[in-house]
Amino acid sequence: NPYAELVARLRAAWLSGKTRPMEYRVAQLEALGRFLDEKKQEILEATALDMGKPRFEAEFSEIILCKNELHETLNNLSHWMKDEHVYKNTATRLDSAFIRKDPYGVVLIIAPWNYPIHLFLVPLIGAIAAGNCVIVKPSEMTKNSEKLVAEVLPNYLDKDCFAVVTASVQETTRLLENKFDYIFYTGIPSVGRIIMTAAAKHLTPVTLELGGKNPCYVSDTCDVQNVAQRVAWGRFFNAGQTCIAPDYILCSVEMQEKLVVALSKVVNDFYGSNPRESPDFGRIVGDKQFQRLYALLCSGQVAIGGETDEAERYIAPTVLVDVLPSDPVMQEEIFGPILPIVTVANMDEAIDFINSRERPLVVYAFSSNSKVVNQVLERTSSGGFCGNDTLMHVTLTSLPFGGIGSSGLGKYHGKFTFDTFSHHRGCLHRNMGMEVFNALRYPPYTQQKLGMVRAASEVKRKGTCTLL
Amino acid sequence: MEKMQQVVGRARAAFNSGRCRSLEFRLQQLKALERMVQEKEKEILAAIKADLHKCGHNAYSHELLGVLGELALAMDKLPSWAAPQPVKKNLLTMRDEAYICPEPLGVVLIIGAWNYPFVLVMQPLIGAIAAGNAVVVKPSEISENTARLVADLLPQYLDRELYPVVTGGVPETTELLTQRFDHILYTGNSAVGKIVMAAAAKHLTPVTLELGGKSPCYIDKDCDLAVACRRITWGKYMNCGQTCIAPDYILCDPSIQSKVVENIKAALQEFYGEDVKSSPDYERIINKRHFKRIVGLLEGQKIAHGGQTDEASCFIAPTILTDVSPESKVMEEEIFGPVLPILTVKSVDEAIEFINRREKPLALYVFSNNKKLIKRVISQTSSGGVTGNDVIMHFFLSTLPFGGVGNSGMGAYHGKHSFETFSHRRACLIKDLKMEGTNKLRYPPSSQKKVDWAKFFLLKRFNKGRMGLAILALLGIVAAVVIKVSFT
Repeated sequence: NPYAELVARLRAAWLSGKTRPMEYRVAQLEALGRFLDEKKQEILEATALDMGKPRFEAEFSEIILCKNELHETLNNLSHWMKDEHVYKNTATRLDSAFIRKDPYGVVLIIAPWNYPIHLFLVPLIGAIAAGNCVIVKPSEMTKNSEKLVAEVLPNYLDKDCFAVVTASVQETTRLLENKFDYIFYTGIPSVGRIIMTAAAKHLTPVTLELGGKNPCYVSDTCDVQNVAQRVAWGRFFNAGQTCIAPDYILCSVEMQEKLVVALSKVVNDFYGSNPRESPDFGRIVGDKQFQRLYALLCSGQVAIGGETDEAERYIAPTVLVDVLPSDPVMQEEIFGPILPIVTVANMDEAIDFINSRERPLVVYAFSSNSKVVNQVLERTSSGGFCGNDTLMHVTLTSLPFGGIGSSGLGKYHGKFTFDTFSHHRGCLHRNMGMEVFNALRYPPYTQQKLGMVRAASEVKRKGTCTLL
Repeated sequence: MEKMQQVVGRARAAFNSGRCRSLEFRLQQLKALERMVQEKEKEILAAIKADLHKCGHNAYSHELLGVLGELALAMDKLPSWAAPQPVKKNLLTMRDEAYICPEPLGVVLIIGAWNYPFVLVMQPLIGAIAAGNAVVVKPSEISENTARLVADLLPQYLDRELYPVVTGGVPETTELLTQRFDHILYTGNSAVGKIVMAAAAKHLTPVTLELGGKSPCYIDKDCDLAVACRRITWGKYMNCGQTCIAPDYILCDPSIQSKVVENIKAALQEFYGEDVKSSPDYERIINKRHFKRIVGLLEGQKIAHGGQTDEASCFIAPTILTDVSPESKVMEEEIFGPVLPILTVKSVDEAIEFINRREKPLALYVFSNNKKLIKRVISQTSSGGVTGNDVIMHFFLSTLPFGGVGNSGMGAYHGKHSFETFSHRRACLIKDLKMEGTNKLRYPPSSQKKVDWAKFFLLKRFNKGRMGLAILALLGIVAAVVIKVSFT
């Protein structure tokens, strides 16, 4: 196996205990901060070359959000690493009981192409903070970013404990034959299954950040202009190549009309009359993805946009109306700058529509009536939920970010990343003395002993008065 | 025997009806389970006795007591566990509602084991019901009396569609695993654990695997050997050694090996008397297959105590082996029987190295008067859980997560950890449709000014917590006004 030696080397480094002390982890994390600062230009250029990522977007998602996570981690690491003391029962009252946060060992992070720095760096921060050795496998789709990470990142980190591997699909399959102590994968459900199956062979725990079709319900009572701005921003950011982008809209026929008018104005406000010339609108990452998206345009009617340029892999910010559930654009996660509108009679129909499909990464609901927003929240299931906006819930590091069902398993961001990459080990440190109390549990067993054991360890319902 | 698809399909339809969402419903089901354990105590103890030759007192304290405790805890804490938890917000989301909402996963599968056949099905079931799920229960067919009893009793007390019991062996379980579940909790061995995870992978189903391994027990020279050995004897030979967290083998200095043997012998005498076979407190091996397997491990070993067996009754006497070689058969697999090998090591460092060369165990035990030494062993090894200066006991504290790591498993449960295992923690952010001003700084067309504002709002350069909420609020409003003015 071409990677066996690398994995063995990292495992040996892991066993040496090098990554355990807090000072070591802090030093590595600070180095990551320097990488983001010193190589900011290179990162912005690489992502621009790879997929025409607008500078503002790249700075926001690849630099600012990453630094956020880094600072949150550095500010809190010593607190997160501490043993968590737990409430004890009568039998263990005199003992020390705590949850120890142990690193897993050698961790593998597989990143996708849409946010090529962010989606390996944020998990990496948590994995290092938790004391693991890490192999990072950036996406082979975004060649410039992959090269940057493979050539530059290792210079900032301890090469004994951290490595970057570049690999094609076949090579990744071989990489996965090795035993890892944790695997973190961001990507699509079909590959998620392959990763989990490979992990099962070694009983390796996994976090899978996948995707789906994120529904966006817009009720009739709302400020249409604001809705249009927030939805358009979320949909067209990164030319639609965002796992939490609003995938399709559900609204009434009347609202569809109003939305199209509002969205048309918003697209013009954002990108001008010819978005192709706007520096703030991205491109599709590759020819295959472009072809796939091009084929989806024949769904419903094009109300806004629809222009494409194959040479540039440009697809205009597009809104489709009167889309049917059976149309091609409703069969798969779009992952492009196309926003279909499917009309429904009312909120109940929208909720039924959402619930009859796979559970998505996020459900969006827009209404000035908070009851409506809460109804959609309560009656649906999804990884996360955002009312009256798009994308913003992931900028809050105190909220867990992850999917459910086919949109994924596990979660991260902020402390949740640290917890993901830690084994929570239950520890009870008892007294050698006080043996007389233990006598209750030893054979020979008697009814009397049982009564006393019961009294000492029972959890009584509050409010049950024993006197009555 | 109904088709698995129908059973699971009915449970899913029942879940989708929404009736197990309300806290009242869940509490009602938990209360019914409590009634079941109290009313059918005799029957439950009889089934466990038939399966494992376990006396009533033992069965009660090992299985029923824990179940009643978990039920009481869940019923008390459910409202607070199920409540949405508000989270810390940043400057940009200050006026919004941000919280984590615990939600049910859907249809959960619980596969039990035969060694503690009642509690290993009931404890996960309690957590799964508390979290609002539908649950398919599959008790181990090897402990057939308990399996039959569970299949009889649960439908009498619980909602039949939401909580079906499925019985059967390997073929039935394999078919069951082809169905789609929203979480699977499996208790058993690593080999089958891999099969369960591979089946779960097809549906991207998260799993909790409570597996096993060889739980090492290091005895330091500096410790009260009488006390240590009595505790070890209790944990090793309870349930005839058939406990996933039993101390599997001992590591100690050669100079204390014979004292250890003497002390364990003394404790055995105290516990089971002169004739272990006639003690009502000593169990039997579950079946002939395991009996033969364990007897096979004794081959070529130095038996310091015990070694007597009787195939007809699946009896194996409490046995101690000394000067065991690390390469011998008894050190290759989890023993899961009343055979205790002692291996000698010259120092705690050698013990740590020995432990780290092997698969991560479910439990790790270390006995010493030296607190620093215990801390060192914990810090330099990895295991599911630890008890220092005793064995087994970390299992009984429900505030500690109970689970394995590496080959000994993944995920954890007990107490609140069960509720969390069987819940989805959904991130929720509810914003205002008004106050569009601040949003403008993120919309195109972009500019350096906008980037700088974005940094101000989002970047955690310093611990803003110290700034005080009032000042932050003021800043936020000022910023919003300035932005609205400069970008309109």
